[in-house]
Amino acid sequence: MDLVSFLQILDSTIRLATPLLFACLAGLYSERSGIFDIGLEGKMLVAAFAAAAAAYATGSVWVGVLAGIGASMLFAAIHGLASITFRGNQLISGVAINFLASGLTVVLGTSWFHLGGQSPALTGGARFEDIVLPFATQITTNTPPLGLLDEVYSRVISGHSILVYVSFLTVPVTWWILYRTRFGLRLRAVGENPAAVDTAGVSVTGLRYAAVAITGLLCGLAGAYMSTGLSAGFLREMTAGRGYIALAALIFAKWRPWYALMACMLFGLLDAVAIRFQNINLGFVVVPVQFTQALPYILTVIILAGFVGKAIPPRAGGEPYVKER
Amino acid sequence: MDKLPRWADVVLVPLICLIIAFVICGVLIWGIGQDPADALKIMVQGSLGSTYAWGYTLYYATNFMFTGLAVSIAFQASLFNIGGEGQATLGGLGVALSCLLIPWPHWTLALIGSIAASALFGAAWALIPAWLQARRGSHIVITTMMFNFISFALMNYVLVNMLRPLGSMDPASARFPAAVNLPKLGDILGLVGIPFSSKNPANISLLIALAAAVGVWALMWHTRLGYELRAFGKSEKAAVYAGISPVRITLYALALSGGLSGMMAINAVQGEAHRLLLNSVEGAGFIGIAVALMGRNHPFGIVLASILFGFLYEGGSQLALGTSIPREVITVLQALVILFTGALPYMVQKPLEHLFALRRRTA
Repeated sequence: MDLVSFLQILDSTIRLATPLLFACLAGLYSERSGIFDIGLEGKMLVAAFAAAAAAYATGSVWVGVLAGIGASMLFAAIHGLASITFRGNQLISGVAINFLASGLTVVLGTSWFHLGGQSPALTGGARFEDIVLPFATQITTNTPPLGLLDEVYSRVISGHSILVYVSFLTVPVTWWILYRTRFGLRLRAVGENPAAVDTAGVSVTGLRYAAVAITGLLCGLAGAYMSTGLSAGFLREMTAGRGYIALAALIFAKWRPWYALMACMLFGLLDAVAIRFQNINLGFVVVPVQFTQALPYILTVIILAGFVGKAIPPRAGGEPYVKER
Repeated sequence: MDKLPRWADVVLVPLICLIIAFVICGVLIWGIGQDPADALKIMVQGSLGSTYAWGYTLYYATNFMFTGLAVSIAFQASLFNIGGEGQATLGGLGVALSCLLIPWPHWTLALIGSIAASALFGAAWALIPAWLQARRGSHIVITTMMFNFISFALMNYVLVNMLRPLGSMDPASARFPAAVNLPKLGDILGLVGIPFSSKNPANISLLIALAAAVGVWALMWHTRLGYELRAFGKSEKAAVYAGISPVRITLYALALSGGLSGMMAINAVQGEAHRLLLNSVEGAGFIGIAVALMGRNHPFGIVLASILFGFLYEGGSQLALGTSIPREVITVLQALVILFTGALPYMVQKPLEHLFALRRRTA
């Protein structure tokens, strides 16, 4: 494998890791506050659809992003209502949200666009342009070989849409919020011991709703990036299990932001490798593409089982909080 | 706290949830410029209007009975098995291997073989997450969900690289020999003089599903194991105090659950497709969640809820054929049923409790 194809794989790793990273950090806020969220997939899907539909209708990708965030936050509100206010089963609510998104996007998509569930292709201002960073060389098919650093900078780091850079920026921001602000401290506390937070006079309900809203916001960005950045339009079931991979990455990262970045890059790399190579011949054994695709799930099972390290979720996760009277 | 009368809890609450879900879907259909009343008429006619249509409804219902019972057993033990999809996929592999590798002389023997193989494969696939939860403390919901995805990859690999006949392009196994084909429901009912179309996929598996429902009822309410499962589900601490081993109960619950999910393949793989396809489960594992919630975890309720969802599923296909309403409307309905019966039961229960309390006071 030559340098250019290696760098191309890294480049697509970053592209494929971006929606995972958004969704993974989204899940981090919710789960750190004690609300399990297996509905990341559904929120991403509905956001991808809303973003593509609004971008197509208005011709502006930013309106699309806002619509995606709005749709995702609406779904997050349903989840919040079910799991915070009505103290329902958070896992079942998540399952319902995934199905709701999967059905609703096809029903509305088919009747609005008459394309069997997909949106018309987005062009021009209706999708994100790739940004060429300062000092980077615009990569074309006949770019002459550059110096190593220049190659890495131009091919891998430069040339992504704005949301990619936003997603990477979200990691330090999340770390800062979580570990350096009052809100973050309370958020972590409410996921471990909501009664203590309540005793301190802080509203458990308010904190959890705030966390769920941030989850909606970030899932909205994840979905919007999928339909307006990664590809040019909405396809039915286009998230294709990425919400679950993000959840897996979250467990893999043990609910910590910097590790989430690493986990998402790893799973993005696996995805990029599976897309590019199909079966990989290592000389002594052929790794089938199906194995590469299943690897994120297998790794998560191994981590969860504590064979390599131990993933301990926030202690109050999944349990509705009942205020003492 | 004013309790609801039992009949209201068992019948009224799910019924109200269903009505709310139907109304929302009606609004959705109206919103995309179609007539909801028309849609309902097409669904009823297309899935209940003839014995031919009933056959399809009952075929789907059979799948849902297996997966619904599977989810309910785990629910009773307070475990959420979201991996029915993967367990049914593996069950399909069991059925295919049994039908392809063993030269069965007669379908009755092949059926016994398939039941054993599908239950064994499904149970084995569920036992790994169960063991991981019981012994290693990993969360069963996440693990079974991951196992769904692993099972799809595994099935893809097995079909493409092992079971695919030479020269065939699509990822599916060879056809099963004709000797293992199961008798159609129409043929069975014909024997006792009931005219029923046999041009549909409904087959003898329906009777097995009904027998399984009776079996689950007997197990849960008339055996020691069933009692232990329910006690564990009500309160783990009390169960442990009473000498019930959490490890043992988790393993039993998931083995039974996975086995039942796997048995779905008798209907879908041996009864209908006659070969193993890549996606033989078609979401039935997930619909099982809705069925178990709607049926209130009771086998009788699950059988009824399965027929309801069979009607919805077949009705959805009829919608797609007869109108421009996509069949995914049914997915929305299914999602709403899960949401209202599973995640928002208090939203319906609380006002009802107030209503009943009010009536009692005035009476």
